[in-house]
Amino acid sequence: MNGLVAAPVVLPLLSAAVLLALRGNRAAQRLVATTAAALSVLVALWLLVQVSERGILALHFGGWPAPFGITFVADHLSAIMVVITAVMALAAAVYALRDIDPDREARGYHALAQVLLVGINGAFLTGDVFNLYVWIEVLLIASFVLLTLGGTRAQLEGGIKYVSVNLLSSLLLLAAIGLLYGLTGTLNMADLARTLPEKDPGLVTTIAVLFMVAFGIKAAVFPLFFWLPASYHTPPIAISAFFAGMLTKVGVYALMRSFTLLFVADVGFTHTILLWVGAFTMVSGVLTAAAQSDVRKILSFHIISQIGYMIMGLALYTPLALAGAVFYLIHNIIAKANLFLIAGIARRLTGSFDLNRSGGLFKAAPFLAALFLVSALGLAGIPPLSGFWAKLLVVLAALEAGNWVMATVALGVGLLTLFSMTKIWHYAYWSPLPEGGRLSARPSSLLYAPVVALAALTLLLGLWSGPLIALGDAAAAELLDPSRYVGAVLGSEAGQAFAAEAALAGGGER
Amino acid sequence: MNSLILRTTTQLLIAILLLFSVFLMLRGHDLPGGGFIGGLVAAAAVALYVIAFGAGAAEELVRVQPRGLLAVGLLVAVVAGLAGVLGGEPFLSGLWLTRDVPGGAELKLSTVLLFDVGVYLVVVGSVLTMLFALEGR
Repeated sequence: MNGLVAAPVVLPLLSAAVLLALRGNRAAQRLVATTAAALSVLVALWLLVQVSERGILALHFGGWPAPFGITFVADHLSAIMVVITAVMALAAAVYALRDIDPDREARGYHALAQVLLVGINGAFLTGDVFNLYVWIEVLLIASFVLLTLGGTRAQLEGGIKYVSVNLLSSLLLLAAIGLLYGLTGTLNMADLARTLPEKDPGLVTTIAVLFMVAFGIKAAVFPLFFWLPASYHTPPIAISAFFAGMLTKVGVYALMRSFTLLFVADVGFTHTILLWVGAFTMVSGVLTAAAQSDVRKILSFHIISQIGYMIMGLALYTPLALAGAVFYLIHNIIAKANLFLIAGIARRLTGSFDLNRSGGLFKAAPFLAALFLVSALGLAGIPPLSGFWAKLLVVLAALEAGNWVMATVALGVGLLTLFSMTKIWHYAYWSPLPEGGRLSARPSSLLYAPVVALAALTLLLGLWSGPLIALGDAAAAELLDPSRYVGAVLGSEAGQAFAAEAALAGGGER
Repeated sequence: MNSLILRTTTQLLIAILLLFSVFLMLRGHDLPGGGFIGGLVAAAAVALYVIAFGAGAAEELVRVQPRGLLAVGLLVAVVAGLAGVLGGEPFLSGLWLTRDVPGGAELKLSTVLLFDVGVYLVVVGSVLTMLFALEGR
């Protein structure tokens, strides 16, 4: 039943409507929000199972066939992203029960979180470039409101930077889409994959670079990342953590989709740019992080640094590298969001996010310290945690491609990440609390529940990495063979014709 | 704004505008129009009322909470989309019910119309939410 493909979007849309109607009834809202988040996880897992069993699924809304109607496509990459989104949304929803104040709840936090989910899942599942733009707008508008909900001074200041830079990126994206439509007369991704190779390669590459800049701003890559650390530390932690985990990854996903399916005519040019962008993103993120003392800012700069690894995986454009990028995405979303959630609990104990004013956590909360260690070392890539496999795959791919520079950069940045994590560990956990500081009472165990679950996932993905690597391999195989995507959307005949032409063109080049 | 001319014409115009908004929504079925534009016209009618009589009077005129309209509209639209799924069709597929009405005309009811009603309510609800929030300050 291909109708399932729309479920990850329809379910949160329905719950958003119900939550809006329940505005004013706090208890009912909390119940509906958590139930909806749990249901989303089940639906997403079901979708992943279906995709694994039956291959790429396509759904034509209203029965209008592609390329005329709007198509939703679920391949391995989309399904994996939908699953991880649902898991993070559930973690954030449970954490929010104790973290979001009643005022923000009354202003519609729960409904907005569902709308954000609608936008993210829509962006992951759509098979149409303009529709992708629309979903990105939906998630942006929801994130604007979530970011500034509560209206504190810092939030509004961060919000203005976030909104203006993201609107600029949307404008670029819209311009690129307009050019693409003018050139090809279609915006269905499968149809574009079929049409673009026949067009003037110079024009296509120009449009490709416009897309790269637009999605690059969303993904916060070098040199377009400055909006992220200016805004991500301002809202409550439940919101920050979900943003840190998911939002930039929508940009990464969009880059992965467009630079494997659409813009592969001049890989030597576009993917070389991506490779250097990846390297600079890794290095600049990790170096600026070293200079910060607010935990949330350190973590924000590390988001950027880690994005670099994923871009590098995409840019190397080999099966191993793409599988590594997919593994990296999942590992990073879990570890990064969890570090934010842990920082939130630590702040409840010490009263500050500033490293200079916190300390003594190892003595006061050894369990929290252990959870921090698992996530932080996981992020830095210490075996046997999930980050080790993620880095190993990407570095191996770089070596396999004979790219020693990239492999060295990736390993060096890993070392510097470890340095930053050690810094947080040293100041917040190991050293005694500064004079005048006082540790407050133990936070609610409801805050610990998602943190423990995510730390367990980090450990589990490290010890038992096989299934996720297999999923990454499957996703990479689909990404590198667009004829399967084309076949699923436009019918198997179109897919075969596309594969034949691609083989012919490939043969001609050699 | 305290203007007798504006207040008198507003009382006439608001009825016409609201009627026109429903007309636009129904017409959108086969011709230019639809729930979105209809909703905007309805919201514009209320906006006119706000200018002439103030936000308080307008809120009394609307009677329901704009956010409630938003929620109901969203629900109606999603349910209209899901109706097709129950019939085994993809999400957002239209289901049709055609009835002959006395006078030789034909009445076509569909989930597409229901979806448009949802869009209409969402647009009215969200514009009025913004309008009242801005005017309330």
